[in-house]
Amino acid sequence: MEYAIEADGLVKSYPKGVTALDGLSFAVAPGRVFALLGPNGAGKSTAVKILTTLAKPDGGRAFVGRLDVVSNPDGVRRRIGVVAQGSAVDIQATGRENLRLQGQIHGIRGRAIEDRAQELLERFGLAEAADRIARGYSGGMQRRLDIAMALVHDPAVLFLDEPTTGLDPEVRADMWAEISRLAAERGKTVLLTTHYLEEADQLAERIAIVDRGQVVAEGTPEGLKRELRGDAIHVDLEREYNGTVSRALADLASIRDVTVDGRSLRARADDGGRAVPLVLGALESAGVEVSSVRVARPSLDDVYLKYTGRTFDAAEAEATR
Amino acid sequence: MTLIRHTLYMTLRHLRELWRQPWFVAVTLVQPVIWLLLFGALFKRVIEIPGFHSHSYIAFLAPGVVVMTAMFNAAWSGMALIEDINRGVTARFLVSPVRREALIAGRILKEGVVVVIQSLIIVALALVDGAAFPGGAGGVAVLFVVSAMLGAMFGALSNGFALIMRQEEALIGATQFILLPLTFLSTTFLAANIMPRWIAHVADFNPVNWAVVAGRSAVSSSADWGLIAARAGFLVALLALSVAFATRAFRSYQRSV
Repeated sequence: MEYAIEADGLVKSYPKGVTALDGLSFAVAPGRVFALLGPNGAGKSTAVKILTTLAKPDGGRAFVGRLDVVSNPDGVRRRIGVVAQGSAVDIQATGRENLRLQGQIHGIRGRAIEDRAQELLERFGLAEAADRIARGYSGGMQRRLDIAMALVHDPAVLFLDEPTTGLDPEVRADMWAEISRLAAERGKTVLLTTHYLEEADQLAERIAIVDRGQVVAEGTPEGLKRELRGDAIHVDLEREYNGTVSRALADLASIRDVTVDGRSLRARADDGGRAVPLVLGALESAGVEVSSVRVARPSLDDVYLKYTGRTFDAAEAEATR
Repeated sequence: MTLIRHTLYMTLRHLRELWRQPWFVAVTLVQPVIWLLLFGALFKRVIEIPGFHSHSYIAFLAPGVVVMTAMFNAAWSGMALIEDINRGVTARFLVSPVRREALIAGRILKEGVVVVIQSLIIVALALVDGAAFPGGAGGVAVLFVVSAMLGAMFGALSNGFALIMRQEEALIGATQFILLPLTFLSTTFLAANIMPRWIAHVADFNPVNWAVVAGRSAVSSSADWGLIAARAGFLVALLALSVAFATRAFRSYQRSV
């Protein structure tokens, strides 16, 4: 199998002893949309920086289109388009000037770059704003210009590092549609990083869940969810009860994978509808007050919980602390 | 060829920014004009000190102010690079095939254009104020070239330190710490033979003074071409080292991302 992107045991730590990558490995087949999913600080962006030749790994190897990112960075740079976390638009130039310069440094010149810039400006709904200074663009427009710039030389591999972070929900939905279209139309390989579970679920054909610098699970969104048999039961408690809750549920045979995190209780059951009355009964007899209860089909959140032992929200909170 | 082309693209980018805010050139002229006109008036009579050997203080001062202006402007060149770093523009360029040297050279060439514009204005003001430059247009052109080389050197150093420090406050501090002492340890304001001997001695090793001495000689009635060539040679060597340093400093930046 020939891979478009390959990371093999990547290790990277930063000064002050922060380990960003701890043996990260994954591979992406050509023409696929692949998501690295994990909370902030999991190491996703560091992986992208290494794969796009911006940073060097301390250990391990990485390839883009069979080219080694460390020994042949210029070859890699010619084949990739990169949309970094946060906009990289030159806000003192117009949209067209941004695109023209990006094309020129990829060797597209004269008439060809003018035509290409116009084509991309139209495609990304920037034609009217093309000759305005980008400082006045909205966040969504700057993001679309970022993607247009990454595509100017028609790269075989596209990196999108948190492409929708900080965008309004509406703009995010537009962006998702654009990314899906991109992958479907052009047969590009897309590596996407995200800390939005629904984004990975919606866009990616395969997902690698990244936690503390390692891939802890990999598969299709459906496959990952299928591994979690049955339904998820989420119970919100009136207050924190510490060990009481787990003890109250210890003898219930119809539920498993019980985790309690503050006022949030999660468990799994083959048949959620039948298990709920039993759970509520057990909690009531232990004196635990319940504020709400939900039964849901497994989500990626549940997948994340299963492989990392933490809820996604808890991991996010930990990263930002 | 690629390097020249990339340098051209980057230079045009920076000149376009300048074109869109031409008042920036005007604002940065305030300080040199104050030096030229106020200092020129205040110290008008220092030429009467035995040993100063000059007929007009304004004619003595003007080449120094041209050099100073080149240095003072170019030394802030790194500030714009820090803005590019903070906006993600530098990282975007570094993951593209653009040549690293072009990212530095483009900024330096833009500073060179600014230096020439400002120098023309300063020389014109000095002429209006009664100075004469017997070296003629050729001499003035040499003055501009050595000023631009000194400016380019400081521009490269400023960009190199910008990549290493990546903080505007730190760069401002370092720049301010360096500029004025280098100016006062040169013959910008006073002739070498009436300075305290140790300052005259230090000035011999000061690149700012190399540019001042070479430029002043070029516009004088008796240009010493051997001296000019030697000082210009030193400046070229330092400029090459500074550009090499700035280009290598991208590695320091890339280690930090």
